[in-house]
Amino acid sequence: MAGLDIFLQNVANGVLIGGVYALIGIGLTLVFGVMRTINFAHGDFVVLGMYSAVLFNALLGWDPYLSLLLAMPIGFFAGVIVERFILSRVIDAPPESALLATLGISLIIGNTILLTFGGEPRSVQVSYASSTLSIAGVNVSMVLLLAGIATVIMIGALYTLLNRTEVGRAIRGTAENRLGAELVGIDTRRIHSIVFGLGVMLAVMAGVTLIPLLFATPTNTGAVFTLKAFVVTVLGGLGNVGAAIAGGILLGVVEVLGASYFMSEYREAYGLIAFLLILLFRPEGLFGRTVKRV
Amino acid sequence: MGQAILQVDNVDLGYGTLKVVFGASLHVSRGELVGLVGGNGSGKSTILRAISGMIAPWSGRIMFDGEEVKGARPHQMARKGLAHVPMGRQLFPNMSVRENLMLGAFLPEAKAARDENMAKVETLFPDLVRYANAMAGQLSGGQQQMVAIARALMLGPKMLIMDEPSLGLSPLFVKEVMAAIRRVAETGLPILLVEQNVKQVLAVSHRVYVLENGRQVLDGPSKELQGHPMIRKAYLGL
Ligand SMILES: Nc1ncnc2c1ncn2[C@@H]1O[C@H](COP(=O)(O)OP(=O)(O)OP(=O)(O)O)[C@@H](O)[C@H]1O
Ligand SMILES: [Mg+2]
Repeated sequence: MAGLDIFLQNVANGVLIGGVYALIGIGLTLVFGVMRTINFAHGDFVVLGMYSAVLFNALLGWDPYLSLLLAMPIGFFAGVIVERFILSRVIDAPPESALLATLGISLIIGNTILLTFGGEPRSVQVSYASSTLSIAGVNVSMVLLLAGIATVIMIGALYTLLNRTEVGRAIRGTAENRLGAELVGIDTRRIHSIVFGLGVMLAVMAGVTLIPLLFATPTNTGAVFTLKAFVVTVLGGLGNVGAAIAGGILLGVVEVLGASYFMSEYREAYGLIAFLLILLFRPEGLFGRTVKRV
Repeated sequence: MGQAILQVDNVDLGYGTLKVVFGASLHVSRGELVGLVGGNGSGKSTILRAISGMIAPWSGRIMFDGEEVKGARPHQMARKGLAHVPMGRQLFPNMSVRENLMLGAFLPEAKAARDENMAKVETLFPDLVRYANAMAGQLSGGQQQMVAIARALMLGPKMLIMDEPSLGLSPLFVKEVMAAIRRVAETGLPILLVEQNVKQVLAVSHRVYVLENGRQVLDGPSKELQGHPMIRKAYLGL
């Protein structure tokens, strides 16, 4: 009986943390779907979110969720600027140029944070760090629950944006066929900027919601989250938002269950093992339509 | 040629350092259906790309609707009222035919006239109504071509340019697409039609330009060119 409770609690934790992974994965997959570029700096934008929460907390004593209100729009505009001034110059060049550009951005972000904050691990202590809420007999951590709620709101907003608005239609059109979109009058360069802005905003948001749960370091944490974003999107099939949600949740559950039933220090490894297994048996991803290269 | 909607004056075009079109000039007047024909690689698509702003002319100029277009990008040309049905159709494959047409009316002015244009499109292409809910990517090549033309018309354009709409279609569909183009032209919309299928173009168009290896070699009314010895020999196999 106690075993079942613990199992359910682990699953709940896994789903909640997986929701945040889904946000990260959606950002990567959206950028790939529209721009056909893999953003190797994606995890570094997550870390940027984490450090923005650290900064606001250190300077102003803000709770991460208060920082979020500022960090999200800043993240969006930072993404727009990076796209406009860096990526847009290489997007029509051979694909490795854009890829190398994102790798460069990753190095710049990581090392700028290192210069500013130093290398020691940072986190944000919140007053409700150890509070739990009992839902149907399952104890759920307050921090995770808040992250879960934020995730659901964000995914709902994103769904509405993509499916119910003009900009959303333009984004989907650009993802499906950039030339076709341009010819019906869509400014696809502007769409690229908006989408990269959204991707960064999602990454930043994920970082802010995660910072009460972990210690971040300037360069390593970025690489870890870029890798997680790959795992999430490849599990689901690159370029597919719905699948990234499923992929994120799957990764969260695998990590939490692995860590609690096997050795917890290999937490990151369980996700990678699942990743390898799925790729071995379903190279196109779990929900895979194969993605066409244009 | 005061009422020419499109005027291309002596343009040189190319890619990188390679010039592929040498001093091309052509015009399309209001209400005209003009063909642009030539063999593989003769530069037809390149000229259309320049007209719709995908590439910039090296020299010469392009006038659309009374003003010189310089540095305009394709979406800006769409805004000016130029609809381009590109090679390979470039539909949104995982959207329904209806969604494709809706996106065709993306621009504010087109959106304002959307229902009106949709009704026009449905009378021109009655079959579209039948597969309005099908995914565009799942249609046959001929059906996709109809959708591509219909999507372009949803812009409510001042002019239509088309790149090889009959490419890859069975002879039956070629006839249907050509009939559709003729119906569109009869509404008064000026059309520049690029084709390799010279016989079909001569049959539907008012005038034709012939391009060979990036140079214009012949032009004139289609009726006259039908009997031209060079056309008969090189393109009609007579
Ligand atoms: N993107 C490109 N980069 C470099 N060269 C190109 C490019 N597109 C076309 N060309 C070259 O320009 C020349 C003209 O090509 P274009 O596509 O305009 O011919 P076309 O008349 O449309 O031929 P087709 O009937 O085969 O479509 C060809 O020699 C072609 O190889
Ligand atoms: Mg061509």
